[in-house]
Amino acid sequence: MSNAVSALQGASFDGYCKVEEAGLTGMIALRGDLSSAGVANAVKAVTGAAMPGQGEVTEGAKGRVGWMSPDELLLIVDHAEAPGIVEAATKSLGDAHSLVVNVSDARAVYRVKGAACREVIAKLTPADTSVMQPGMLRRTRIAQIPAAFYLEDDETAVLVCFRSVAQYAFDLLKDAAQPGGEIFK
Amino acid sequence: MLILECPYCGVMADETDLHGGGEAHLKRFGPGSSDDEFETYLFHRKNPKGVHFERWRHVSGCGKWFHAARNTMTLEVYGTYPAQTTEPPKELVAKIKKKHPEWGGYE
Repeated sequence: MSNAVSALQGASFDGYCKVEEAGLTGMIALRGDLSSAGVANAVKAVTGAAMPGQGEVTEGAKGRVGWMSPDELLLIVDHAEAPGIVEAATKSLGDAHSLVVNVSDARAVYRVKGAACREVIAKLTPADTSVMQPGMLRRTRIAQIPAAFYLEDDETAVLVCFRSVAQYAFDLLKDAAQPGGEIFK
Repeated sequence: MLILECPYCGVMADETDLHGGGEAHLKRFGPGSSDDEFETYLFHRKNPKGVHFERWRHVSGCGKWFHAARNTMTLEVYGTYPAQTTEPPKELVAKIKKKHPEWGGYE
């Protein structure tokens, strides 16, 4: 197998928040009827996480599950385990009308660490980041590209975007976290 | 800035998160219809000054289409509702009627 590398191979920037590329992250898109027991069981079986409600992200032993739209979930898991999880989830869903795809290598992930992580993201997105709490996920845009973000804890925001715009997203976050750019001092 | 609540995500999404889709609840006239009906379907829009029902897509969010009722003059938003319908919900129409008794109603 070829040597898998993440988009920016762990690039990082120290501003008034630390911005770092998260490295290899497993991501699986799962589409189906989210209200069905089959989907909930499959999600529980492969990640250990409960079904997230509207706009939520839940955590299990083997990964996180984010609510992306009324019929789509994002499973955030270990990169090496992702293909196996896709297989297990597909098997578990059986004949149910559904789709499970490994999108790990189509995405880039960033962590923004620091007390002002909400502020740094707020500079780039129309979403109200002040209402965001750990456990909530918001799918929106940053500047000109689509992105989703959630909080791992009160001082760590995780932002997901497409790999093709990884450098653009990193440059945006770097710029927003530039020392001297603090809004609420 | 226009801010609409996405009925699927439950979040307040602003105009830059959305994509406008024009007038809502159009009835399609396709093959077999008369030329006049087809022309009306393709080109004739209400374009009212006041209450208007529109289609919007939460493009950088869930990606779903939904409907919104708003005022083209005051930019007031009366409400949003899912796209799986061929006419506005009765409660919403009643609410707008109460606010604007002079409004002719939907249709």
